[in-house]
Amino acid sequence: MRKELHPLVMIVLVAAVTLFGRVLPTWTLSLATVAASNALIALGIVVLARTGNVSFGQGLFFAAGGYGVALIANTWGLTDAAAQVIIGAACGGLLGLVIGPLIARYSGIFFGMLTLALSMVFYGALMKSTALGGSDGFNVGRPSLFGMSFTDPREADFMLYAVSVIVTGFAGIAATILFRSEFGLASLAVRENNLRVEYLGLSANRIISINFLIAAIFAGASGAFALMAQRHIDPQFAYWTTSGEFVFVAVLAGNQSVAAVFVASMALELVRSFSNLYLPNTWQLVLGVFLLGVILFLPRGIGSLWIRNGRRRRISTTAPLTAERGATP
Amino acid sequence: MIPVLSVRGLEKRFGAVVAADALTLDIPAGQRLSLIGANGAGKTTFVNMVTGYLKPDRGSILLDGTDIGKHAPRRVAQLGISRSFQIPQLFVELSAAENLAVAVSGIGPRMSLRAPAEAQGRRGKSVELLERFGLADLADRPVSELAGGVRKLIDIAMALVRRPRLLLLDEPTSGVSAEEKFATMDRVIHAVAPDAATIVFVEHDMEIVSRYADRVVAFYQGRILADGVPAEVLNNQEVRRYVTGGLR
Repeated sequence: MRKELHPLVMIVLVAAVTLFGRVLPTWTLSLATVAASNALIALGIVVLARTGNVSFGQGLFFAAGGYGVALIANTWGLTDAAAQVIIGAACGGLLGLVIGPLIARYSGIFFGMLTLALSMVFYGALMKSTALGGSDGFNVGRPSLFGMSFTDPREADFMLYAVSVIVTGFAGIAATILFRSEFGLASLAVRENNLRVEYLGLSANRIISINFLIAAIFAGASGAFALMAQRHIDPQFAYWTTSGEFVFVAVLAGNQSVAAVFVASMALELVRSFSNLYLPNTWQLVLGVFLLGVILFLPRGIGSLWIRNGRRRRISTTAPLTAERGATP
Repeated sequence: MIPVLSVRGLEKRFGAVVAADALTLDIPAGQRLSLIGANGAGKTTFVNMVTGYLKPDRGSILLDGTDIGKHAPRRVAQLGISRSFQIPQLFVELSAAENLAVAVSGIGPRMSLRAPAEAQGRRGKSVELLERFGLADLADRPVSELAGGVRKLIDIAMALVRRPRLLLLDEPTSGVSAEEKFATMDRVIHAVAPDAATIVFVEHDMEIVSRYADRVVAFYQGRILADGVPAEVLNNQEVRRYVTGGLR
């Protein structure tokens, strides 16, 4: 059996990646911040996908987190980055707590379409809401941290980078522990045969709801990061293409490794940035070729590059977040 | 003494098909009861109603005197009725021990989001159950690689995790070779013995029925055709005509 990393080692890794930001060029810092933020929401999608359900509407919780933080920041002047992440997570979580149990009884394509529909309803409501700036959205101030303001752009970028890496890193550690837990095992069982799970006296709906809640919390926190990075929010946060992009990251990563989610998110951001820079009119083509390449050569996702363990390979072959699944009879 | 399971006037129709017609049956504790009948006689419908998968149109189902007729499978399992399936319902991508671990995680007030599934106590319980069936050496093998007979035993082992009051086995030897069927059934009886569960098993093999059942209930078109000790039921003229004749 493959030796798993101890959580303390993972904490040291998170600290090392955070400190590494000190030597990174400024342009990489903001890129890494976006990548970490996207990785957080994609990680939530992977958590949920272990129950066999893929959400195509995580933009709903992403936007809920972002708007919640933006409204509180503008109303009460709360600019602390750590507090904003907690508020974003709470907003996403509260919404997930309400929607999760209602949606958990559906599965497969119905589950996916319902999440998509809910996010688009929210998008529509945001577009029509003049109090929230309608289609233009509104701006928020620069974030601070524990009473410190960052006027130097390099320091401000590093602060955001550090907070996003630490929060996403700890979410990754929590997800790793969750995957190894008996709840994580039961989640895989739900994906395979939810009726059998019920016959064992377990509630499949409850297991899906809890995973849904975790995914919503991650999405809400991610929305807070996106807001802090852009200092602007608009209904695009809830639009279906935004949600699709997070599913992209999850597919790219596969569900064999939590670390793969972070690598996939960073890889996607790098390809997007460089292709945008050098091929401004055809960058989507480059991105598409990159995705095709990953699907063709790494059908179980980027994580399969370093996960060669038999059991994990077995799991991945039926996982909904792998390109190979489509070929499974 | 209150029977473990008592059904009274149980009825279930699927359109014009009568799957259960005023079934009334008491099963005392410790009994090993076999349900026999041709395909479509209503045996599986009975099992599905008792385990909460199907709701009866009429009648009551009492477990230790408590009505469970409206409960879902999860609640029925929690109250003390477990089942295995004709086609084993396992989590094929997981190992044998992990399948048992999922069943073990259903015991207790709530599942841990932190405690590893492979923790010593949980693993010990899973392996102990596999040992009872003589399968401990297969604990870490993925279920997808195991033979049909072994899968059947794991399916039954999972049903035993809750130490049920009543254990329903749907054709425990179907798909098992003629040479292995008695050995398989011996393993099941041996493994179930420590929990002293009352057993109801659906069976088409009359050799298995006459060897392992204390009592036989023969179903025909949703009704109980005969009920008694194996020798008596299996020699009943109507049973020979409508049930065993059709099965042989």
